[in-house]
Amino acid sequence: MNLALKDIRHGLFRFVLTCFGLGLLMTVVLAMIGIYNGLVADALAIVKAPAADVWVVEAGTQGPFAEASSIPPDTRDAVARMPGVAAAGAITYQTLEASHAGRTLRVYAIGYELGRPGGPEQIAEGRGIATSHFELVADRKTGLLVGDTLRLGRDRYSVVGLVEDATNTGGDPAVYVTLADALSIQTKLDPAAARVQAARGAEPVKRPTVAAVIARMEPGADVGLLVATVRQWKHLGALTEAEQEELLLVSVVDKARRQIGLFLGILLTVSAVVIALIIYTMTMEKLKQIATLKLIGAPDRTIIGLIVQQALILGGSGWAIGLALILTVKDNFPRRVELEPFNAIVLAGIVFAVCLASSGLGVRAAMKVDPATALGG
Amino acid sequence: MALGDILIEVTGVAKHFGEGPTRVDALREVDLTVRAGEVIALLGPSGSGKTTLLNVIGCILAPSAGRVVLDGEPVFDGKWLRRDLRRLRLDKIGFIFQAHNLLPFLTAEENVAVVLDLAGWPPDKGRARARELLEYLEVGHRAPAKPALLSGGEAQRVAIARALANRPRIILADEPTAALDSKRAGLVMDLLRKLATEQEACIVTVTHDEKIFDRFDRLIHLRDGRLADA
Ligand SMILES: Nc1ncnc2c1ncn2[C@@H]1O[C@H](COP(=O)(O)OP(=O)(O)O)[C@@H](O)[C@H]1O
Ligand SMILES: [Mg+2]
Repeated sequence: MNLALKDIRHGLFRFVLTCFGLGLLMTVVLAMIGIYNGLVADALAIVKAPAADVWVVEAGTQGPFAEASSIPPDTRDAVARMPGVAAAGAITYQTLEASHAGRTLRVYAIGYELGRPGGPEQIAEGRGIATSHFELVADRKTGLLVGDTLRLGRDRYSVVGLVEDATNTGGDPAVYVTLADALSIQTKLDPAAARVQAARGAEPVKRPTVAAVIARMEPGADVGLLVATVRQWKHLGALTEAEQEELLLVSVVDKARRQIGLFLGILLTVSAVVIALIIYTMTMEKLKQIATLKLIGAPDRTIIGLIVQQALILGGSGWAIGLALILTVKDNFPRRVELEPFNAIVLAGIVFAVCLASSGLGVRAAMKVDPATALGG
Repeated sequence: MALGDILIEVTGVAKHFGEGPTRVDALREVDLTVRAGEVIALLGPSGSGKTTLLNVIGCILAPSAGRVVLDGEPVFDGKWLRRDLRRLRLDKIGFIFQAHNLLPFLTAEENVAVVLDLAGWPPDKGRARARELLEYLEVGHRAPAKPALLSGGEAQRVAIARALANRPRIILADEPTAALDSKRAGLVMDLLRKLATEQEACIVTVTHDEKIFDRFDRLIHLRDGRLADA
């Protein structure tokens, strides 16, 4: 006869409500973990997207994400000719505001050279950019659809394809354009402003620059050698992909990460306290029944089983409800919520440990109960 | 009636609570022998030590001194001689509670069967025995009900069924009829006597209930923790 289950069934409504409450708490914990992961994944997505081995940037900067970097576009030719380089492409990044469907859309415009590294790798819908002007590929989060047009700078661009999970560290969705278009957006002012500038005799066009040149290596080629070679140019610096990712995590997302990490720690502590309290209270309410069980001759194992099983059922269902809920709602969050099976398993482990520890408290109280208290009347 | 085996043998048992000025001597030099088939009553004013003596016999309370032998087995002699007192209770002792203390989350039948489950009976046999006992005590029709839905008399009979389930030879009851009217009280006592005879058990009952005094083989009077012969 399983006493734990019988007792749960006896007070089913209350037990389910408790599980549900705990489930909501677990949902928040999982959401927090998911947001944390999403933040890191978003931040790294932009760095990982071009599948670069080496980033060539302006000397003395930690560009192009952590700091601004600008180098002449022809750097790409030089890098492409260096030993071990399989492919190289110049790339620009700029945050732009455009208006779309009556609202302001903040986008992270990435300019890349057609046929060279830096463009969108996986098109989710439509196609990649095929002509050198006025086409763009947008992240789904922009809300743009294939066939829409969007005005950037002086020109209208038509959306030819969509990608997923391309946002910068601030959460702005990316749009890909060709490097030529990106440079013209960067340098060309709108016509009225340009005329004013010309009338003043200013140089009509700024010298265009790119943010970085990315290089992919031939298999087995020496990345260190390339980095050393690039650094011989006084005006250039180089970062490996690993350095770039590390830099981004340290400089850009570190604060946000620590903030969320701290919050997550607090949440986990609160959850642990709540679980412990629920289980302890559940046991205290049963002390008289436990005394009765002892009186009729139930061994400790039966009593411990009652408490521990209920604690584990409570924790397990809370965890499962939390997981089910977060998986249902996670796509409705404004920022990416990314959960790895690993996270759910670690949380399960934590919940398990907390349940065991707090049922230990209950068990201690139960062991101390004098069977004679059942006789009192 | 032929004298049965000695089931309870209490010699020189004393029990005090506290020390110094707050010391209370609940039992002093108590000697008591109860044989199989006997139904005896413990009488005495409130605070005279009746419950304490019952708890000592039930191995719930360690005496301060003395010797206790249950069903031929010495269980206390200055200290407990068995470590698994609960197993001892499960096998030898049935308690009928004052507040009947059924487990609220189990049905009447399960409340009886749980004892057999603990004693290691196969579930179906345990259920059958629980059923049979409840039928015998005329509460068979209430088997699927939870305690909250039982009347006082029904709950008391379920509690008796639970006390008897594992066929203990020592049945201890603290005011089992306090909550019952005199007709039902008489029926419960008749029933206990019948069980004592059939199962070769002894029954020790604390009671204040003069209406049922004539149902006992012996009346044991306690006063200030001492046995006083009536
Ligand atoms: N756990 C205890 N701690 C201190 N004193 C107790 C305890 N249990 C009983 N007593 C005292 O022992 C005496 C006998 O109590 P009890 O056996 O309950 O009497 P009765 O059941 O005859 O009314 C009383 O004076 C009571 O106050
Ligand atoms: Mg009493």
